[in-house]
Amino acid sequence: MPSEPARQAAPAPSGAAAARPPLLRMQGVDKVFNGDVVALKGMSLDVREGDFISLLGPSGCGKSTALRLLAGLSHPSRGRIAWDGGQEEGDLGVVFQEPTLMPWATVAQNIWLPLRLRGKSYAAVKDEVLEALRLVGLEKFQTAYPRELSGGMKMRVSIARALVTRPRLVLMDEPFAALDEITRFRLNDDLLALRDKIGCTVVFVTHSVFESVFLSDRIVVMAARPGRVIRELAVDAPYPRTDAFRTSAEYAAYCRDASDALHAAMGDAA
Amino acid sequence: MTLAERDESAASPPTIDADERARRRARRLERVGKWVLPVLVMALALLAWDRIVVWNDIPHYTLPGPGLVFRTLIEDWAILFDALLVTLQITLLALLVAVLGGVGLAVLFTQSRWMEMSFYPYAVILQVTPVVAIAPLIFIYVDSRIAGLLICAWLVAFFPVLSNTTLGLNSADHNLRDLFRIYGATRWQRLRFLQLPSALPYFLGGLRIAGGLSLIGAVVAEYVAGTGGIGSGLAFRILEAGYRLNIPRMFAALILIAATGVLIFAALSLLSHLMLRKWHESAMTRER
Repeated sequence: MPSEPARQAAPAPSGAAAARPPLLRMQGVDKVFNGDVVALKGMSLDVREGDFISLLGPSGCGKSTALRLLAGLSHPSRGRIAWDGGQEEGDLGVVFQEPTLMPWATVAQNIWLPLRLRGKSYAAVKDEVLEALRLVGLEKFQTAYPRELSGGMKMRVSIARALVTRPRLVLMDEPFAALDEITRFRLNDDLLALRDKIGCTVVFVTHSVFESVFLSDRIVVMAARPGRVIRELAVDAPYPRTDAFRTSAEYAAYCRDASDALHAAMGDAA
Repeated sequence: MTLAERDESAASPPTIDADERARRRARRLERVGKWVLPVLVMALALLAWDRIVVWNDIPHYTLPGPGLVFRTLIEDWAILFDALLVTLQITLLALLVAVLGGVGLAVLFTQSRWMEMSFYPYAVILQVTPVVAIAPLIFIYVDSRIAGLLICAWLVAFFPVLSNTTLGLNSADHNLRDLFRIYGATRWQRLRFLQLPSALPYFLGGLRIAGGLSLIGAVVAEYVAGTGGIGSGLAFRILEAGYRLNIPRMFAALILIAATGVLIFAALSLLSHLMLRKWHESAMTRER
């Protein structure tokens, strides 16, 4: 197993990424549970407008904890997390590992939820709901109930719900981990196409090297016990990325880099 | 079954092999048997009852035959039907109050941990104390007979509604809870759009139990209340008929009570099915 120094300096992000305006900044964040379980230690992360960042690491490395902190669902024990210019209503969309749909509501009603919680009637936001459905290719299923949909379709509904407020930042917590590989590839392609269309920033948690390389322009590799960032990799391949990228030598090289970093992370923890 | 699969199966012609034929036959038998068998058992039991009474010359003040019971049911219909209406009225009112009280308390409990910690133990105590033991006290302090009966029936019926609804309100999907937090849902929105729908299947389960219990509560309370005259229910008619050794009428009233219980259960099951059939697993018919 190749062992790299644990705290190797992150390579400088590519010029294009560095020039983007900042969106959200995590500085020296620790998260401690029960007084002594250190889930996250000294994590700093600059999320810039338009980034697609993957948090890649073995289980227990704190990547989901980091995501919950970014979502505001829990608060740092030390350090700070701040939105540049403040967070406004609807700036944030979240997709969980499960589709997390309300089984008693139709597809359209599920997507309406974020707007409904802001007091918007369905009539007032119908166009936005239908547009979100069109984005994920499910416009025919607006009156279906979640139980009538396949796993991949449910996940699309979940993504449409996250996008309906036109968020600046979308957080995704291993959204495709429970799907079969064929469906996962389709959804990876569709996710990139979607982002191309609406231009949101994404922070994506995954434990798949291939997924992280295909999707992101920055990969943050994390290690466990205590959860921390050990490397940041830039993936400079241009978007849009298609199947051709998936079979290119460039892709393979990036995968090897990310895989080495991940091995180092796991070796480090053991 | 997903929509995509459904399209597919509609397009291809049906292939029916031996397995499928056997499955279909089994299904058909089950559909018919579900209704025919209980009716058959009932008919046999009635026949046996009748024969036992006739062959052994059992006098009707000991055990009336089914024919006599049926005749009594028709002859005494005016008295029995009035009594049935009274019992039914108490039962349904008690069920209504049990639903309002049970759901109301459950909502209060989930909104405030303090409330739950303070009062839940007393709800349990009320539930485990037999209603026959409390009823005499209630009739001492409550002047109105109807109100007394109602309180007794409510005491028996409200707990399943309370405990099931509380469980349901607390079992909303935790990721959905997080989602509601992220979108800044108010307490009321969370209750209205997340917790109440999550609790619906649990509530309906509790309601079916409470329907039967409120009938039991009403009947038991009537036994304790005891005073007769106008406005007395089926339980009192049974007591009264017993004093007069009018056994056929006792049986007739008993049949009415049982039928009422079955009817309430069936009605609540239907309600439950109608409310859940679109989305809940319990109301789905399995395809294979």
